[in-house]
Amino acid sequence: METPEQIRDRLLARFPGAQVTVVVNGSPSAQHSLLVDAAHGREIAGFLRDDPVLRLDQCSNVTGVDWPEKEVVETTKTTVPDPAGGTPKIIEEKSKRIEPGCLEVVYHLFSVALRHGPVVLRMRTGNRTDAVTLPSLMPVWRSCDFQEREVFDLFGVKFDGHPDLRRILMWDAFKDHPMRKDYVEPDDYEWEPTPHGDVLAKARKHFPAPAAPAAAPTPPSPTA
Amino acid sequence: MSTEITPPASPNAGAFPTGGLGDLSPGGAHVRAVHDEFHGDLLEVSMGPHHPSTHGVFRMVVTLDGERIVKLKPVFGYLHRNHEKLGEGTSYLGSMPYTDRLDYLCSMTNNWAYAVAVEKLAGLTVPERAEYVRVILAELTRLLNHTCLAGFLMQDCGCSGTPLMYAFREREKILDLFESLSGSRMMCNYQRFGGCRVDPPADWLARAQTLVDGYTAFLDEFEALLTGNEIVMARTQGVGCLSSALAVSAGVTGPALRATGVNYDLRKVDAYGVYPRFTFRVPLGAHGDVYDRYMIRVLEMRESVGILKQALAGLPGGPIMNPAAKLRGFRPKAGEAYGRIEGPKGEIGFYLISDGSPNPWRYRVRPPSFINLTILEDMCLGHTVADAVIILGSVDIVLGEVDR
Amino acid sequence: MDQIAPTTVPISDAERDELRRHGILLTGLEELYNWGRSRSVWPLNFGLACCAIEMIAASMAKFDIARFGSEVFRPSPRQADLLIVSGTVTKKMAPQVVRLWNQMPEPKFCIAMGACAISGGPFKQGYNVLKGIDRFIPVDIYIPGCPPRPEALLHGLVQLQEKMRGQTISGPAAPRHLRADVDCDCPIPEFGEHDLEPPQNDVLFQPPASPVRPPKA
Repeated sequence: METPEQIRDRLLARFPGAQVTVVVNGSPSAQHSLLVDAAHGREIAGFLRDDPVLRLDQCSNVTGVDWPEKEVVETTKTTVPDPAGGTPKIIEEKSKRIEPGCLEVVYHLFSVALRHGPVVLRMRTGNRTDAVTLPSLMPVWRSCDFQEREVFDLFGVKFDGHPDLRRILMWDAFKDHPMRKDYVEPDDYEWEPTPHGDVLAKARKHFPAPAAPAAAPTPPSPTA
Repeated sequence: MSTEITPPASPNAGAFPTGGLGDLSPGGAHVRAVHDEFHGDLLEVSMGPHHPSTHGVFRMVVTLDGERIVKLKPVFGYLHRNHEKLGEGTSYLGSMPYTDRLDYLCSMTNNWAYAVAVEKLAGLTVPERAEYVRVILAELTRLLNHTCLAGFLMQDCGCSGTPLMYAFREREKILDLFESLSGSRMMCNYQRFGGCRVDPPADWLARAQTLVDGYTAFLDEFEALLTGNEIVMARTQGVGCLSSALAVSAGVTGPALRATGVNYDLRKVDAYGVYPRFTFRVPLGAHGDVYDRYMIRVLEMRESVGILKQALAGLPGGPIMNPAAKLRGFRPKAGEAYGRIEGPKGEIGFYLISDGSPNPWRYRVRPPSFINLTILEDMCLGHTVADAVIILGSVDIVLGEVDR
Repeated sequence: MDQIAPTTVPISDAERDELRRHGILLTGLEELYNWGRSRSVWPLNFGLACCAIEMIAASMAKFDIARFGSEVFRPSPRQADLLIVSGTVTKKMAPQVVRLWNQMPEPKFCIAMGACAISGGPFKQGYNVLKGIDRFIPVDIYIPGCPPRPEALLHGLVQLQEKMRGQTISGPAAPRHLRADVDCDCPIPEFGEHDLEPPQNDVLFQPPASPVRPPKA
């Protein structure tokens, strides 16, 4: 089977305006993935399915991933020459920037006809708030039907072109997207026998700190 | 310019009368508009979530025209226990007991699939003896699952209880083996990353051998009652046909895919573990109907007995656990991995994204039952409600896996 | 312990055994009524998750719940006496469970089988998991385990039968259907935007008392 770099080169040749990059995987599994831009997602998917060399006719797994925004600290070093002619000083400047978060959908594609795979396809949304639309790959692979509905339900990614995009696991009146990293669960249990971590923090809200232990009862004074 | 992508045509187009409602063939299923108005002669029936035949808390909203189904919308989520969110909050090993509870009939194969994914993520190897033991337990699980499926399917056909009694009698024998090896009948929590938890002792292997030797006789008895039974054949042949193109496109895997004639068994395709060392055949169906799905499973049980005999005979000595594998303080490098095995219900896979910390950043289960249900509506259109029950039974779902 | 002791007729057991040997059965109406009720408890065919498989195994040949009187599992709640909540009750399923409970006619009993039905179990940190079915319906017997063995379910059923035999026809120990002051229907929760509304039935469920750590020695 072709390497992700070879697939990328063929895709860029076939769809000149597309942005396809290889995301290198750090783990020993060496399952590198192709990051594809949303505008060309469906065309590329159709090409991957119909291409005689790849014939990726089964989309086995559709996963949603939440990447919240994170603070990145960058250090820039500038060399300032010493006006007195001595050794130049090196000044370090640290700049913080917020890398915007996004929602990502990962497709694992296999070929049943040619018995190879996986080719991993990724698409990312613009941000996590309003630009959360991605093209639906259901017209290409039928297996994306329920799985994209699940990503919509749990992450909030809207799939353009899905004929029946509604919640699948949670009830229709539910308002949140529970698999996001910033989801706050409803406060619906009071007690744990051995709480620790955030469970202990939740339990403490329901129960005040235990009162100081009562003083030992004084023995009754002898009376007649 | 957008490429026009047309869905594969269905062989059932025009096969059933639709009472003037037009072409309701499954080929047009995912590009037609959803009906909302009743034409005055349609009946909407909600089957489930509490229903004797829905194999758990599964709901199907069925729209009937007389006796024929014209629309079937499944409703999920009645057993959604946020397994994936729990996986993000627990360490890698801490999620192993939760994988037991996914497909709660087949805990050993769930454990193995998860172990394979983590071993891919961390680059761990598994000693040979552990691979053989994993194969033995997986094939025992396959026997267990297919036996129970045959029993439940017959229950759905209306033989209230008797085949199920026979099936559970055999299941209890296999559960006794699991209990003595792992401590629990159903929730075994037995595989570890890099091997298995406990080395099976010699008397356990002897009992497993006795079970395997006696299983063919049970299969003969079961088949004598059911396979040639004219009621079973009349009710299941020609019902719920699935075309191979639609099955592949819909992500269907496992016996349901092989019943349509597609030769795709991960034990042969991925050649994971030590499966290449065993000789076994992959049964394929010709029609993709309920009877084919039932027969595929019966034939797979016979092949599993063959694999078990070979595995028990060739079991090597050696360690049961990779000595280099860490149980405590397990932090795989940042990266991701997708690992899959051929479970009894289909391809069960786990997709893990690690960020270098003890807990995974994303923990995803690829549930075969959920994805096999994608074409439930297509298979049921034009049939009666009684057939829908049998078709659902033949897909072989377990709600713990469907809803996670 | 009085609740589970069988009601006594004012005659000693030795004398009753003597009479029985002569073919004369002496009993009270209450004892006869409770004996009949408790020895033929028919459960509802209701399984939610993994514990349901152990419940099915309990009804199969090896463990055989039928010899304890639960011969048939009724598919319809209108004909069932016992609701064995076996498996995790999710918030999406909770209104249906309460609806089924309301549809069962009195006398009816509930067994919470498995850790999930008792308190949410291993899935307690779940946004869709109801932390125990006793938040909405009254539970008679709790069977811990994950899953409890079929023998544990049989033990729980026997405990329920003992409880039924300890009930009286009138008075505070009477079952719900013989008391005019108790409402048998439970309110059904609705789906809210973030949680069920109400999240629990405050009449039936009181949160446990504040945990107190044992004082250090």
